[in-house]
Amino acid sequence: MSTTATADTSDARAGLSLALPALMLFIGVVVIPLAMTVMLSFHDWGQYKGIEPVFILKNWMEIIDDPYYLEMFWRTFRVAVLATLITAVFGVPEAYILNRMQGPWKGLFLLVIIGPLLISVVARTLGWALLFGGNNGLANKLLMTLGLVDSPVRFMFTETGMIIALAHAMMPFMVLAVWTALQRLDPQVENAALSLGAGSLTVVRRIVLPQIMPGVLSGAIIVFSLSASAFATPAIIGGRRLKVAATLAYDEFLNTLNWPLGAAVAVLLLIALVLIVVGSNALIERRYQEMFR
Amino acid sequence: MSFLELDRVGKSFGPNVAVEEFSLTVTKGEFISFLGPSGCGKTTTLQMIAGFLDPSHGAIRLEGKDLVATPPAKRGLGIVFQSYALFPHMTAAENVAFGLEMRNVARSEREERVRAALTLVGLAGYEDRHPRRMSGGQQQRVALARALVIRPSVLLLDEPLSNLDARLREGMQIELRQIQRNLGTTTILVTHDQIEAMSLSDRIVVMSKGRIEQIGTPQEVYEQPASAFVAQFLGKTNEFAAHVERAAGQARLLAGSWSAPAPAGVSGAVTLSVRPERISFGDTGLAGRITSRIFQGNHWLFQCDTECGPAIVIRQNDGQPQPEQGAAVHLNWQAADMSLRAARVAA
Ligand SMILES: Nc1ncnc2c1ncn2[C@@H]1O[C@H](COP(=O)(O)OP(=O)(O)O)[C@@H](O)[C@H]1O
Ligand SMILES: [Mg+2]
Repeated sequence: MSTTATADTSDARAGLSLALPALMLFIGVVVIPLAMTVMLSFHDWGQYKGIEPVFILKNWMEIIDDPYYLEMFWRTFRVAVLATLITAVFGVPEAYILNRMQGPWKGLFLLVIIGPLLISVVARTLGWALLFGGNNGLANKLLMTLGLVDSPVRFMFTETGMIIALAHAMMPFMVLAVWTALQRLDPQVENAALSLGAGSLTVVRRIVLPQIMPGVLSGAIIVFSLSASAFATPAIIGGRRLKVAATLAYDEFLNTLNWPLGAAVAVLLLIALVLIVVGSNALIERRYQEMFR
Repeated sequence: MSFLELDRVGKSFGPNVAVEEFSLTVTKGEFISFLGPSGCGKTTTLQMIAGFLDPSHGAIRLEGKDLVATPPAKRGLGIVFQSYALFPHMTAAENVAFGLEMRNVARSEREERVRAALTLVGLAGYEDRHPRRMSGGQQQRVALARALVIRPSVLLLDEPLSNLDARLREGMQIELRQIQRNLGTTTILVTHDQIEAMSLSDRIVVMSKGRIEQIGTPQEVYEQPASAFVAQFLGKTNEFAAHVERAAGQARLLAGSWSAPAPAGVSGAVTLSVRPERISFGDTGLAGRITSRIFQGNHWLFQCDTECGPAIVIRQNDGQPQPEQGAAVHLNWQAADMSLRAARVAA
């Protein structure tokens, strides 16, 4: 008995010592900076006195009271949700078609879809800025030639442009998530539905979509959280005036030098994201429990 | 009157020929098995009937109508897939109801028929279970109920029992046969298990390398195999090199020291094949020695070393004394129990 107990404790000790390096790294690079950021958000700051290590709620009160911050957070949320919707609307059919492709085409198009991940987001967003730029941007020329709009649409420094560029940047994540889900499908299931008299649209709507929904939703969670915390794309397309949470925190840190306020913004964004992601994950799991048991 | 007709159907995948010159007529209510080793084109043929593959050649007709031009959704066939292919996001009842929904069957009738179908396959009370929470046998039954509930003109089964363990498989075979008899649904079963094919079917289509080797009742393909392939694929068989000798105006067939009057029209070197259960031990006949004997409950299995090479003999355990291992024996059989083929010319 005592031997087992000793064995158990020594096992536990061995496990702990094995996990220690990773644990130290995690504490060192995640927990400590995070805790410091949270502490920072309660410190005071003044134009001339700089950061004062006291405990006050000034920054948090400012964020809550000033409608500017509410609007900014609301914009962050709206942009992320719309970008997520767009990636879902285009990404799901894209993944479905990709999955149905044969042989060399499949590999080629997969590369085309994932390829952008190999290029820096900054480079890609600058590409969009070129397409959007001014009234003579390629995007506007195309829209007007096609007769879709009469006068040029403003893309630069607008939410529209931000959403389009974000959706494009995030598309690979959605396609990959849906594609993974599609690959788990038994191809005969679609044939089974066909043989029971379903048309191909019905097959997609009633058989394929419900089965890949968890994949779509997890893709949506990834895209949403990446979009809500994205920095480069909103910074380039939104410019200095149209701010989202990440660009605002950056500005407070590096331009205004009001680190405590920046920290409060960053912490609030983090909390909101964690709540949304964990909450929707729990909902999804409950909803699809039956299917994946 | 032919119900389902396959007329010289063929299918190639690029340069590979999967099925070739497949002709078969099925009468209404018949139970047909496609039997053959893995990769011989059984699934491909079934998928062409189902409409998931287009034949490269030939025609498929159902009650005289061209089936190839009809999309799979309009063929009205019931299909049970090897993987079952149940809809994992629907309950058993929803799975079974799907085909009826697609046919716009009114809700009350639908519920009635779903309940009847699940009861038929012995799954009453499992309506609200999801497939992932059912055993392989239960999933298999849901798949069968889903295929039967639409009252298909033909039921197609692709190795439906191969994922079940041996005992469950035997039970399902009996049930499947009973259900098919009661409903009278024309059925095509794909299998690589000769016992399954023989115990279920009215007729068996034995296939090899994309071609039909023989079509016949289970007894016909077992007793009168049309080729060496069929003889070997359907159970164990012994093959002996034999030859016909003419002496004193009488032609005799000789295999070692076994001999019998030669059947008309046979001459030269032939291959003689005889099933192990048709061989008896006697005082005359093919001389040999028993190398091993294995008791298998209702029968004994003997391995013998004979003048014409190794042989196996199966004897009923009828209480009579059986020869011991190492005993010298003579193998004997009736001329009616053997089949003869011209021997392959030695290279
Ligand atoms: N989609 C396909 N593409 C290429 N070859 C195929 C395809 N489907 C089947 N085959 C080939 O056709 C032959 C018959 O296959 P199949 O009908 O599945 O055999 P069985 O069901 O008798 O095991 C095999 O050699 C297989 O490799
Ligand atoms: Mg097969």
